Amino acid sequence: MDIGKLERIDETVWRIPATGRMRVPVLIYADEALIRDMDDKVAEQAANVATLPGIVGACYVMPDAHWGYGFPIGGVAAFDPEEGGVVSAGGVGFDISCGVRTLTTGLRREAVEAVKQTLAEALFAAIPAGVGSRGEIRLDDAEMTAMLRGGARWAVERGYGRPEDLERIEERGCMADADPAQVSARARERQRREMGTLGSGNHYLEVQVVEQIFDPEVAEVFDLRPGEIVVTIHCGSRGLGHQIASEFLKKMQRAAKAAGIELPDRELACAPIDSPAGQSYLGAMRAGINCALANRQIITHLVRRVFGEFFPEADLKLIYDVSHNTCKQETHEVEGRRRELFVHRKGATRAFGPGHPALPAVFRPVGQPVIIGGSMGTGSYILVGRPESEKRALSSACHGAGRCLSRRQATKIWKGREVVAQLEQEGILVRSPSMRGVAEEAPQAYKSVDAVVRAAERAGLAKRVARLRPLICIKG
Amino acid sequence: MTRAPGWEHFEHMADIGVRGYGRTPAEAFAQAAIALTAVVTDPAKVRPEEKVEIELERDDDGDLELLLVDFLDAVIYEMAVRKMLFGRFEVTIDDYRLKAVLWGEPVDRERHQPAVEVKGATYTELKVARTDDGCWLAQCVLDV
Repeated sequence: MDIGKLERIDETVWRIPATGRMRVPVLIYADEALIRDMDDKVAEQAANVATLPGIVGACYVMPDAHWGYGFPIGGVAAFDPEEGGVVSAGGVGFDISCGVRTLTTGLRREAVEAVKQTLAEALFAAIPAGVGSRGEIRLDDAEMTAMLRGGARWAVERGYGRPEDLERIEERGCMADADPAQVSARARERQRREMGTLGSGNHYLEVQVVEQIFDPEVAEVFDLRPGEIVVTIHCGSRGLGHQIASEFLKKMQRAAKAAGIELPDRELACAPIDSPAGQSYLGAMRAGINCALANRQIITHLVRRVFGEFFPEADLKLIYDVSHNTCKQETHEVEGRRRELFVHRKGATRAFGPGHPALPAVFRPVGQPVIIGGSMGTGSYILVGRPESEKRALSSACHGAGRCLSRRQATKIWKGREVVAQLEQEGILVRSPSMRGVAEEAPQAYKSVDAVVRAAERAGLAKRVARLRPLICIKG
Repeated sequence: MTRAPGWEHFEHMADIGVRGYGRTPAEAFAQAAIALTAVVTDPAKVRPEEKVEIELERDDDGDLELLLVDFLDAVIYEMAVRKMLFGRFEVTIDDYRLKAVLWGEPVDRERHQPAVEVKGATYTELKVARTDDGCWLAQCVLDV
């Protein structure tokens, strides 16, 4: 990105002032190196978002941002319904409530290293991953509706996981005000055989070791100790979420036109929050969030079953489950007053600071765990929300490393088998049904996750607690 | 310039763009659909064993670009629910509807090595237009 176009506020904050049809400025959180590597399209897309009706504060851009569709990936924007604010299907994205959860195991690294190969095979066999895979669970229409209303709570009631998991999930495992009636027959059909499946692309299941602790006090609260094993699951709402997104992207073209909203990009199709189309989308999207929460809960159950076979003494406890493609109604102080806003986070994680009432009691003294998925070769992070994060970006932080090479470029440079062999030398076992898929997800196709989280910390979005290094990676 | 008919991919940072060329919009659509399959696997590896038909009512006010997104989304839907891949497409478009016949087979993970699942067609870089040499181009970015 051409930094000549930006106003530099401080070391990690950059501003594009509101000009033309922009209603608010754009604020980008990144260091100079990350900014220089960022695509110019990120600035263009963020400036487009800033023109949408009812946007409040600024369009915020996270340090891992890259060129998306409509919204940049790593974009945060909040809208006030009292000022004609809108909700945008493109602002949430195709993989509704795509997210990450991490479980502690209490196991030492040595225990896993001793059975690494067979554990990798067992996980790969137990968790359906990749194109053409099917889940064991088939839902009839009534059960589908119950799942869409109940989320992870539904899953726990059906025996997938434990009641104590629920408070370790955003929204306590169940997104309120979901409206399954707004989820079409086609979206349901697409989900019928997809419950408890990982998906493909950048989705994964990893067995990781806690490599480094940055904040021992918070790490203690999160139950993270150096040399111990954790399991991280990254996936979303599967076919159901994708279908909801496709259908509402189209419906919102018309809704925007009917509401007289001039769109700088068709992908930004939106509807006023207080309109039938806006409410219909919110109901469907919340049901999509519940689908993602239920899906990650079922996969958690499958992971526990596999670990139980290898380590009967191991107790897999959920640290937290965060979603990074959502629109949520939240109260934030903007321009000196508390306002009820609809916050879109597209490729951005909610990062509530200490004391936030939405957090379970255990996290209230320290803040929310913010889980950042890196590429399969580098590592992941657990951060914690900061008190200043609300003022910075409406309590939001980055979500991953962010790509720096396209899939096409990646397959031109790397072969899947070479990537697998290279990672095996580094002690990381990759299992995937597709070698081309592995090449497309080669670690070097991603930005440095270390640089991204350092920038997030310096910008006051979230603070580093622990770095995790993968030992086993199941790729879709 | 690719001579019609044909297809190619174009760059998008997180995802991938598909582009079809044809002598008619319908032919360009069919080629764009092959490009879609090529995101997942080599279309030449997909055997035309089963036939699936798609019919879309045109409610797009004559907007061919919206119709392209609808068509690709319909193909993605059939791929997802049938767990199939398609290697050959015949498309016809008139004023009222789009009809397509898709030939393909169930996903064979060994033989197809499917790289990635396509989530949906987007409105990004969406374009259906005549090119300078008189052929039709149909393109958009897919979310994968």
